[in-house]
Amino acid sequence: MLGRRWYTPWLFLAPALAVAVTVLWAPLANTTVLAFTDARALGGGAFNGLDNFTRISADTGFWHALGNTALYMAVVVPLLIVLPLLLAVLVARKVPGVAAFRAVFYTPVVASMVVVGLIFSWVLRSDGLVNQVLTALHVITEPLPFLTDSSLLLISCMAVTVWKGLGYYMVIYLAALANVPGDVLEAATVDGAAPVRRFWSITVPLVRPTMVLVGTLSAISAAKVFAEIYIMSDGSAGPGGQAKSLVFYIREVGLGVDGEIGYASALSLVLFAGTIVFSLLSLWLRRRNEGSAA
Amino acid sequence: MNRRTATAAGLTGRYLLLAAMTVVSLGPFAWQLLTSLKGAQEPIYGADATWLPHHPTLANYAAVADTLPVWRYITNSLIVACASVLTNCLFGAMAGYALARMRFRGRGVVFAAVTAALIVPFEVIMVSVFLTVRDIGLVDNLLGVLLPGAVSGLSILVMRTGFLALPKETEEAAVMDGAGEWARFRRIALPSVRGSLAVVAVFSFLFAWDDFLWPLIVLKSPDNYTLTIGLQYLSGTFTNDQRVVAAGTMIAVLPLIIIFLGLQRLFFRGVGEGGVKG
Repeated sequence: MLGRRWYTPWLFLAPALAVAVTVLWAPLANTTVLAFTDARALGGGAFNGLDNFTRISADTGFWHALGNTALYMAVVVPLLIVLPLLLAVLVARKVPGVAAFRAVFYTPVVASMVVVGLIFSWVLRSDGLVNQVLTALHVITEPLPFLTDSSLLLISCMAVTVWKGLGYYMVIYLAALANVPGDVLEAATVDGAAPVRRFWSITVPLVRPTMVLVGTLSAISAAKVFAEIYIMSDGSAGPGGQAKSLVFYIREVGLGVDGEIGYASALSLVLFAGTIVFSLLSLWLRRRNEGSAA
Repeated sequence: MNRRTATAAGLTGRYLLLAAMTVVSLGPFAWQLLTSLKGAQEPIYGADATWLPHHPTLANYAAVADTLPVWRYITNSLIVACASVLTNCLFGAMAGYALARMRFRGRGVVFAAVTAALIVPFEVIMVSVFLTVRDIGLVDNLLGVLLPGAVSGLSILVMRTGFLALPKETEEAAVMDGAGEWARFRRIALPSVRGSLAVVAVFSFLFAWDDFLWPLIVLKSPDNYTLTIGLQYLSGTFTNDQRVVAAGTMIAVLPLIIIFLGLQRLFFRGVGEGGVKG
């Protein structure tokens, strides 16, 4: 009806499609194929069937990295579901100055993980601020090796992830809380419901779909954890590399001087299998949320 | 009466909690900022360290510039981030416009592919993307840093949503004018979705400026480092002087915080529209 030629839409789409094919779809197809080969950075590339996957099943380095990643998710996800919600409830009420507080709580999101990691490396050093304060308060007698013990390093990284994620998920919760009818809460207040009770019996049921969404988003993010560990350990993943995550391990296997590209691709597919469940769930939830909001 | 005192107590409690959380959120930045201002003779750790610098100095900022080409890194980061803003806004808008305002065979497939792109984490394909970028000859090149994030699925979806919200009449008037498709897009549709463009711009900039994993993979020579890689390099290789590292991190983060405080509304809107980013 507009007298438009058939290829006009494709001209509009061309740059985006070119980029998407080059750096997304072709590499994804390539990864899938390479996972069944013995390709290395410097040669190889013959199909070897399921050899890579057999190797994965017996690779202690992989299982260790997977264990670290799973532990990471198990700790970080519940905290990132609950704490940002409490924070959102705290700033949901329109008291004077609340907009400034929202901005303050979002600030860590804006900073890059490198900056945040370096700041926390400094604060958590054996002679750093946290150890000094804990010593001064007589909580500990000797400084804790936050960065040089692999378990403590992982815990420190988890703390950083949570600290940096608070503001991001707070904003998602705020959008959900804005849809909670104010008169419901008002009525509960008049009823004399205590704040804690009001939170459990009114707020939580109303934002439950958002809690699931935040859970899936933070799970995907935690499954891919890398920068925290790399920066806080100065690239070493702790003593003996004991604090490696899955992405850390994939990078090491696949992108070294003679990277084992085939094997790294198989590992990547395992990571993909882990995240895709959460991704599909979050897409479905968002569509459903949008549907109910419209 | 009782209720009023209860409310006053509640309000006080609320502000106390807000103040405590402010310390949690900004405390680490503040400590880093104060460290960066302390003179070389001042103790910065151990029991002697004080909160406030005794002799505030900017010498550490000069020292950052002496130990590594920080201006060069800032320029590199700015080039990548600004190019990413441009490509995401322009190509994202073009694709979003086609998906929102044109009917054509294959539109459903393209839309599905854009949505599906959101569920492929970059980390899963990074090894293959590196091979591709190597084949194109863009390793250790700022264009290579830009390429994977040049048009994100999210930018396209945000733009599409923006164009969908436009009333049909705006363009129909232009059709009568006899304006071509490109003229309609550029002169009428694009100026009407400034809000969406701003959201895409802000998030593209932030993502490119803060990115660490991909530049770490694709950049080899220190001259080409972006600021995030340069900072990591600074702390690992060049100095154990935490005052200088602190100054370096402040150089990287203060401009962003200022931009953020100026454009808060866009950031919050972006999270609402782009909650898929994991």
